[in-house]
Amino acid sequence: MVDSINFLFVGVGGQGIILVSDVVADVGLKLGLDAKKSEIHGMSQRGGSVESHVRWGDKVYSPIPAKGEVNYLVAMEILEAGRWAPYLAPDGEAIINNQQIASLSVSSGLARYPETERIVNIFAQRTKNVHLVEGLATARRMGNPAVAGVVLLGYLSSMLQYDEAAWLEVIEKRVPARFVKLNKEAFVEGRHLRG
Amino acid sequence: MKKLLSGNEAIALGAYESGVKVAAAYPGTPSTEILENLAKYPGLWAEWSPNEKVALDVAIGAAYAGQRALATMKMVGLNVAADSLFYVAYTGLVGGLVIVTADDPGMHSSQNEQDNRQYARFAKVPMVEPSDSQECKDFVGYALDISERFDAPVLLRTTTRVAHSQTAVEVEERSGPQGDGEPKSYKRDKAKYVMVPGYARARHPVVEQRLKDLAEFAETFEGNRIEWGSPDLGIISGGIAYQYAREVFKDASFLKLGMSYPLPERKIKEFASKVKRLLVVEDLDPFWEEQVRLMGVEVEGKKYFPMIGEFSPDVVRAGAVKAGLMEEKALAPVELPELPGRPPILCPGCRHRGVFFVLSKLKAVVNGDIGCYALGVNPPLAAVDTTGCMGASFGVVHGVNKAGIVERAVGVLGDSTFFHSGIAPLINIVYNGSNSTTIILDNHTTAMTGHQENPGTGRTLLGEPTDAIDIENLVRAIGVKDVRVVDPYDLKAVEAALKGAFATEGPSVIIATGPCVLKTREKRGVIVVDGERCNGCGLCLRVGCAAVVRASDKLVRIDELQCTGCTLCMQTCARKAMSLVEQGGR
Repeated sequence: MVDSINFLFVGVGGQGIILVSDVVADVGLKLGLDAKKSEIHGMSQRGGSVESHVRWGDKVYSPIPAKGEVNYLVAMEILEAGRWAPYLAPDGEAIINNQQIASLSVSSGLARYPETERIVNIFAQRTKNVHLVEGLATARRMGNPAVAGVVLLGYLSSMLQYDEAAWLEVIEKRVPARFVKLNKEAFVEGRHLRG
Repeated sequence: MKKLLSGNEAIALGAYESGVKVAAAYPGTPSTEILENLAKYPGLWAEWSPNEKVALDVAIGAAYAGQRALATMKMVGLNVAADSLFYVAYTGLVGGLVIVTADDPGMHSSQNEQDNRQYARFAKVPMVEPSDSQECKDFVGYALDISERFDAPVLLRTTTRVAHSQTAVEVEERSGPQGDGEPKSYKRDKAKYVMVPGYARARHPVVEQRLKDLAEFAETFEGNRIEWGSPDLGIISGGIAYQYAREVFKDASFLKLGMSYPLPERKIKEFASKVKRLLVVEDLDPFWEEQVRLMGVEVEGKKYFPMIGEFSPDVVRAGAVKAGLMEEKALAPVELPELPGRPPILCPGCRHRGVFFVLSKLKAVVNGDIGCYALGVNPPLAAVDTTGCMGASFGVVHGVNKAGIVERAVGVLGDSTFFHSGIAPLINIVYNGSNSTTIILDNHTTAMTGHQENPGTGRTLLGEPTDAIDIENLVRAIGVKDVRVVDPYDLKAVEAALKGAFATEGPSVIIATGPCVLKTREKRGVIVVDGERCNGCGLCLRVGCAAVVRASDKLVRIDELQCTGCTLCMQTCARKAMSLVEQGGR
């Protein structure tokens, strides 16, 4: 779709993917675009893979894009980034949090967690634009690993030609009052990480 | 003002604004959030009923009493409530009645892939089907109007992608509900509402005539609309499939069906006559395609589009390629190496784990049920042998035992499932006397669907305190003499209870009780491993906990973030290499 921007947020249940994708969907609407967001609730909360699609456009029909049409893949976890690579568009941007979470098959010794290089190589089939971002480390440094997702959100926002203010306003609305300051700071940190 | 709402949030808003006075449901993905959201609005009663049939009867009662009513359920819930759907199809009602059936193509969280549009035809009632959240909100209102105008219950079908996707909805300043909601004098009409054969026979012709009237109404219903594009290709679609088809067939003409049943025959024929080729794009069954063909219209559909699985832009596009309407994409698919899967698993600290660990150890045949504990099927626990539908476990285990097997068979279900449909089969075990051991995993919540209250929790959907049903007393009142209450964190106690129950002649019930850790977020501490003592034997890995990790040196280490200090792994360690370091609770 030339006329839409597609985002895909992936990771493991509990990594804050829903919040981040909520913000992106709201920002789209705030910018005067049509926006749709789709994720599956239910069993995936129990430690399974989680994915959330957001689409912006003048008129969005399907809430999910076809494979090969995602412009921005934001992965909170390295293995999950690889799993969803087929959705990335040619020359799309893959923004990957530098964090590994072992699956049960890995932790019980039945499977091996792939090397980061192997995951990055998958993306070579589609794009050179792979960004391994220190989201978790940055969030830890700020005192709360839970804001890693917002750090990546800041990083993502720096690639889009839209004003920082719209993002911050939406974050303020979406986040509980006592965490607003921390989340705004995490967002700004993320924007600067891209340098 | 436009706001992003999920389909479920929009249905709740629509129900509120349309003046729904009573709403009842049993939680079930992907329908659960409708009642959770509706409960936030003032001036109405919303409840979790013990099961979908009760919920529908409650809504029917409210509609009989002259108020607008709503019952919501996942698609398999309508199987449970079907008996009630069929009688209310005959009796009709006074206040409008909408029944939401949330279908789950792709089986994201379900045991089958049934297409509940078939229920509309089966029960001879109308069905509307929104394609996005704006329509979810609007169609609730339409459905209530149709219900009152045609004296019929109306089914509103969503699918997972409609229920859970967020799309823009025009939200007005709180307009408030329609109608006064004041109590009305009960409208008695025995010939209409008492379905003894003599009266029911008189109702059947009414039902048949009503369908004809509804089909006529469908011709001008604003939810059925034609969107003209190129005359070369005409597409009949609805629900989420419409969105995918619009995405893929950019230039085609569309007949968008907002009313899935009955169909507008004249409109379909008019549309068909103006396009060169006619396709039906619908997920699951060829429900529309077959009816259109019966109208004598030349049409294609399932020849190209699958009957199995969830649709997506990719699936619809593949169908278009098959139909010769499009070229295959030039973009080569990404080749993925084999990556470790990440299926849902029992949470670290889950109390079900202890019971399944012991059942697995004792090699019992386990007739399981619907809930988080269905995850006990996954290795390494691999403890569950059957899972069918809500409440099946206790009936099935009785049959297994009446047939007789060499092993011990055990029925296992959760507290909410027990209240839903486990009580009658337990009565059967007592009444018909089988040597069955049944286990109730009582974690004081309806966990899998996201921690809803149930009759055992002491709270209603609205958060008000209420009398909690005491499972142990209920089981004893049914007549079970051998009742054992155990702490599922105590593996020895669980094993002793099971062995004791197995040695008992006649029915026995074990209640494994303790709260869901995902709900309480309790953290007793963390387990630490003594690297000197651990020899990497891997016994502790058999509890199947994500926090117990085999490190690269083959020894075991504990993921402190995930560990809740439940000690199940520690209890399996033969070398006493593990210990609990207690922490303050979070």
